[in-house]
Amino acid sequence: MEGDIVQMGAYIGAGLACTGMGGAAVGVGHVVGNYISGALRNPSAAASQTATMFIGIAFAEALGIFSFLVALLLMFAV
Amino acid sequence: MAEEATGGLQIHPMDQFIVKPLFGGDAIHWYTPTNVTLWMAISVLCVVLLLVIGTRGRAIVPSRMQSVAELAYGFVYKMVEDVAGKDGLKYFPYIMTLFIFIVFANFLGLIPTAFTTTSHIAVTATMALAVFFGVTILGFVKHGAGFLRLFWIDQAPLVLRPILAIIEIISYFVRPVSHSIRLAGNMMAGHAVIKVFAGFAGVLGVGAVFPLAAITAVYALETLVAFIQAYVFAILTCVYLRDALHPHH
Repeated sequence: MEGDIVQMGAYIGAGLACTGMGGAAVGVGHVVGNYISGALRNPSAAASQTATMFIGIAFAEALGIFSFLVALLLMFAV
Repeated sequence: MAEEATGGLQIHPMDQFIVKPLFGGDAIHWYTPTNVTLWMAISVLCVVLLLVIGTRGRAIVPSRMQSVAELAYGFVYKMVEDVAGKDGLKYFPYIMTLFIFIVFANFLGLIPTAFTTTSHIAVTATMALAVFFGVTILGFVKHGAGFLRLFWIDQAPLVLRPILAIIEIISYFVRPVSHSIRLAGNMMAGHAVIKVFAGFAGVLGVGAVFPLAAITAVYALETLVAFIQAYVFAILTCVYLRDALHPHH
């Protein structure tokens, strides 16, 4: 057990940053769940909205990716 | 940490992303051929094989290669038409180029021991910045200062508009960041997960069936992700293009 406290803080922060993944998971699940519930109500309109769903997923996912970026910065850049 | 020292569990999930020169030496200059440039060249070669050589027959009843190429063309064409509108079709070649290159780079990266060029932010950021600057310049050329109305949302109450304008401007400038990191992050994370499970398989002996099953599942997921991320990159380019062509919401 040796090392400096700054590195320990960086590693703990990188681990904490991973909790952001949970938020992205909730967001993506919410988008797709709502898409499917809408698609089951009106299947004829579903196909035209698939692209919109993917855009929504991409935006929800981007914020999870930012937490991944924070983790990477803490691991390798600080 | 202690296990690593004794040579037990050795996982180096990030080693696969190291850029190495192809021919000796360690120095990397801008002209050095590296594994990145090699795999980029291979993906460009595959694109040429599919889209140029594959469609050379121009048959009425298409061969297998030609029908795949036609399928890809029609898929991207419809996507640009649906998302960016009829006047966005003028920029279809650019989006087709981006999409087909990313698809091939992602899928070639899935071959074991291959190098995933799109897992490097330097590669994806180049493409994302090209889209960002291209779209911004296009917006100003088409609409002049009227392009700034993209940030001024007319439907909102007057009190909220300045606040929304600030948020819109921030989100506009975050676009290239999220656009590039989404692709690179997805590729890098998926490949690193596969390597971590492979590290488990190395020390478990007979129990290695479980990590191997997990690798199979993750690999299947990665195949899906490789396509979806290329699709998302292209469709977001279409969204940004639509914003530049029609800034009045």
